[in-house]
Amino acid sequence: MFNRIKAISKKETKQLIRDVRMMAVIFLFPVFLLGMFGYAINFDVHHIKIAVYDQDKSSVSREFINSLLSSEYFDLAGYLNSDKQIKQNLDEKLAQCVVVIPYNFSREFYANRPSKIQYLIDGVDGNTATVIMNYVNVATMSHSSKLTAEILARKGMNVFALIQLEPRFWFNPELNSTRFLLPGLIGMILIVVSVITIALSIVREKERGTIEQINVSPLSTIEMMIGKTIPYIVIALINAGLILLAGFILFGITIKGSILWLIISILIFLFSSLCLGLLVSTIADSQQVAFQIGTLISMIPSLLLSGFIFPIESMPPIVQIITNITPAKFFIVCLRSILLKGEGVAVFWQQLVFMMIFAFAVLAIATRRYIKKAV
Amino acid sequence: MEQIIQIENLEKSYGTIHAVQNISLSINKGEMFGLVGPDGAGKTTTIRILCGLLLKDSGDVKVVDKDISKYRKEIQKSIGYLSQKFSLYGDLTVDENMEFFAEIHNVKDYKERRDELLEFTRLKSFRSRLADKLSGGMKQKLALACSLIHKPQIIFLDEPTTGVDPVSRRDFWKILSGLLKEGMTIFMSTPYLDEAERCNRVALMNAGKIIALDTPQKIKEHMDNFVVEIVCTPVRKAYELIKGITELEVQMFGDRVNVIVKNYEKEIPVVKKLLEKNSVEILDNRIITPSLENVFMHLIKEAS
Repeated sequence: MFNRIKAISKKETKQLIRDVRMMAVIFLFPVFLLGMFGYAINFDVHHIKIAVYDQDKSSVSREFINSLLSSEYFDLAGYLNSDKQIKQNLDEKLAQCVVVIPYNFSREFYANRPSKIQYLIDGVDGNTATVIMNYVNVATMSHSSKLTAEILARKGMNVFALIQLEPRFWFNPELNSTRFLLPGLIGMILIVVSVITIALSIVREKERGTIEQINVSPLSTIEMMIGKTIPYIVIALINAGLILLAGFILFGITIKGSILWLIISILIFLFSSLCLGLLVSTIADSQQVAFQIGTLISMIPSLLLSGFIFPIESMPPIVQIITNITPAKFFIVCLRSILLKGEGVAVFWQQLVFMMIFAFAVLAIATRRYIKKAV
Repeated sequence: MEQIIQIENLEKSYGTIHAVQNISLSINKGEMFGLVGPDGAGKTTTIRILCGLLLKDSGDVKVVDKDISKYRKEIQKSIGYLSQKFSLYGDLTVDENMEFFAEIHNVKDYKERRDELLEFTRLKSFRSRLADKLSGGMKQKLALACSLIHKPQIIFLDEPTTGVDPVSRRDFWKILSGLLKEGMTIFMSTPYLDEAERCNRVALMNAGKIIALDTPQKIKEHMDNFVVEIVCTPVRKAYELIKGITELEVQMFGDRVNVIVKNYEKEIPVVKKLLEKNSVEILDNRIITPSLENVFMHLIKEAS
């Protein structure tokens, strides 16, 4: 049995190495995805373009504007002179936010009366708009309290906040979204590559008719499947290493937890992905169809349903159940624990069990379907 | 004689199509058996069932004294199969293909056997060439060599020479006779009746049924009618005239027609007169020994 599995793996490796195009796809596709997602998909809101309509034009208003622009969150898009320009700036997306300082701003200030500042925010992208609102809120509040302190100081009084808020974000202190996305990205890349490579390799045998010669030999289905998966596990493992290396070089992401458990989690995940690929190969009869089904079944769920981008907890209950169709869901939890939090296996062992259950369930279906078709 | 394959009342349908209908036959050890018939007769289905690639609907099949439904994997250790379609790895070399098939058959010391087979099939000088880069005939010989690497007792060949050039075809047959001498049993299907003539025994198969089963000689002797060959021109017109106007069975081959008659003296003058009246020029006519092809076409006609 061991010899026959070895024979299949050896043959598969030879074929794989000779298939230059396939090798290129296997190794370039992850780099491409990593670059695309790492740089293009970024939920961090920096450098908000802000336009200022200063009707007051006083030293007080200028001081306020300067304090806003001094942070890295805001970039000045320009000064406006009329109400019409506000609409134009927001319409043409010249600015994401417009600050309007009213005529009476300094007068009210010197009269020790509260004065109001208007913010107009482009609300098309709700997510960004909320973030902008929070930023301007905080910036305004802190400037306001600074002024209050100055006024009171002039009157010989000392002011201090009774309660000070000091938030601290754990695991991802800069709230860097790439850090949050990378585990999901690794999961997605690995599942796509494994599902497609194994499915194509089996469907190619069907297309060429070589599967007949295998079926007529004493080789059993399970021996063939194991033999076929071994080279692809090795390839995918190398791939995973490359992605982690790229994650470190490009985005400075280090492995905080145990490397051993990282490798074990990756292996279990790869095994379940390859089982999914085997299932695809029993559905498709041509390489084209295999590629399409493989992409569909691996990429879409691991992108939308795995918690990669959208948190599973905020999905409707039915959708939460559907999320179990992708092993990436479980893998991402493991990766986030190991990579970002440095947690031990005690936290995520259940996820590993779920992945194993998933893998064996899919493998059982695939083997049954394969035997049914083959004999 | 010792029987190596026994088939009894074998049935197989695909949906509403009865591919194999209640066939029974047995194959003797060491003989070359030919399954002959037109496309869609059920030849490939039968071979695939015998190789354990397809499940039968009903009937009993025993190969090397083992029941195919129970000992599929056991049986597959002692058989070789060459499918209709070229089914080797084009991106592996001749040597690597043979190595792979040796290994999945658990043949450990395959190197000597491999050299022997490459010698036998005259592929030795191409051993490091990729299988895709071989000519059609060479591919077929390589496929045969691969299916022989584990020294099977029976080899199943499904239309092995379809699409192979005449020279390679002759080569291929030489190899087969060599195998027969070594005592191997060969079970082949072929659409070519000239190939069928070279088998020890043949089964004529049509529409899922066996319509004749014997040695080629006996099958031909079985024909109790005369076959009259008429060389004439234009031949198509002659064929259509005889077919349309007389009740006789007629077969067209290139520049001649074969007419099957019960009573030569009585029926042939009628045919001749008919042709002459319609200005078909008769160049020659004589009674010939029936070929397998004549018999086969006659039997198919009778059956339908």
